[in-house]
Amino acid sequence: MFKYSLPAAVLATAVLFAQSTVAQEAASMPQQSAAMAASAPRDPALKPVFTEFGGKQGLMSLMDDFMDNLVADPRTRPYFENADREHIKAELVDQFCVILDGPCTYTGKSMASAHRNLGINRAGFNALVEDLQKAMSKHDIPFRAQNKLLAKLAPMHSAVITKK
Amino acid sequence: MQTHRKSRTALLIGLAMAGGLSSAMASAADTGGSQFSNKLLLTGGVSQIEGSAGGGLTPWAVIGGYGTQDEIGGNAFYTRLNLPDYHLDDVGALVGFYNRVEVSFAQQRFNTEQVGGALGLGNGFTFTQNVIGVKVRLFGDVVLDQNSWMPQVSIGIQHKKNDQAAVLRFIGAKSDQGNDYYISATKLFLSQSLLVNATLRYTKANQIGILGFGGDKNNAYKPEFEGSVAYLLSRNWAIGAEYRQKPNNLGIAKEDNWYDAFVAWAPTKHVSLTLAYADLGNIVIKQKQRGMYASVQVAF
Repeated sequence: MFKYSLPAAVLATAVLFAQSTVAQEAASMPQQSAAMAASAPRDPALKPVFTEFGGKQGLMSLMDDFMDNLVADPRTRPYFENADREHIKAELVDQFCVILDGPCTYTGKSMASAHRNLGINRAGFNALVEDLQKAMSKHDIPFRAQNKLLAKLAPMHSAVITKK
Repeated sequence: MQTHRKSRTALLIGLAMAGGLSSAMASAADTGGSQFSNKLLLTGGVSQIEGSAGGGLTPWAVIGGYGTQDEIGGNAFYTRLNLPDYHLDDVGALVGFYNRVEVSFAQQRFNTEQVGGALGLGNGFTFTQNVIGVKVRLFGDVVLDQNSWMPQVSIGIQHKKNDQAAVLRFIGAKSDQGNDYYISATKLFLSQSLLVNATLRYTKANQIGILGFGGDKNNAYKPEFEGSVAYLLSRNWAIGAEYRQKPNNLGIAKEDNWYDAFVAWAPTKHVSLTLAYADLGNIVIKQKQRGMYASVQVAF
């Protein structure tokens, strides 16, 4: 019996710790969303990546395929089929363009307010990332350049994922 | 020998069927808004040698399978390690619950080939070890936390039981079973396409337990460091290297630290292949045990 008391104690501690972490994560959510800027900040280091994406023209044609993927994907379709897709594409082009230090400004809503009532969960967020990866690969954007953009988009998860 | 080959064939067929089944389930689910397999490709790691999700030699902080926090994921694997004087067959499966808890099982069969004969145990003498693992993710998100240095951190236990108690006692091991306790921190540096893992393991296991636990030289738990780096070449390909420090408890034979260099390929979420060149150093009376490590797994 005593043989298993140490592992049991470690497990029990771990589960407790995990639960308190979950509670903390949940509690800190509203703060994080409020602190979320309208878009990810401009990063001058990513200027070469902007070129690898084919500039603003490249972003616009990328977004056509990205949106096609989102509508074709049953996991993301419900969020886009009845939305103003042309408007969303334009906002995404501006946002990606700003992140990659292109000559654009983003004037749209904050990520938090744009996603507040959509009830997006982690699975839906990951599905969107996959659809973006597919579109970027179709446009022959180098994998490393893709990851540099995704690294800037990933922190937006706290504003986009509202359904825990 | 014949039955051994048969069981391996059966196993491979079983794995293929499981792969087909999980693919079919996934595509069925795809048509109705998928309820599982929504973790990103390769972000659940592969099954390491003791069955936990990680690299080849080392557990990572990731929870295995492709389930997100609303989903259950899982995988099954078969790994073969061919060394100059030994070989290892390793099968197992794991289930990941809600990206929080991972439960794993693995059976390792370490065949001593001619060395068994030389030691008077008989050619092909085999140590069989069962490993039950539990891992809990404490905090962090290996993929999404790209704006901080915070890694994903998990702790875990691997309970191991070896079937050759008498032989183990004879070579100086103190027990035929033991627990390893570990803490792993895994971080994906997405801008660099680089994944880094560090694991600290408290263990008494000799050659990961194949030669029992504790020994005449030392019978206390010791912290051992394990590390992995992986570079993502594309969505489907990763290359990397690993290091695993090991204790040295037995008087009869020196035990070396392990190294490997690997390439992993995941054409889809449901199948992955890992090939590695592993250097396991000295094992009992044989030096320079270096060879190929091949692992196939199916996941959902």
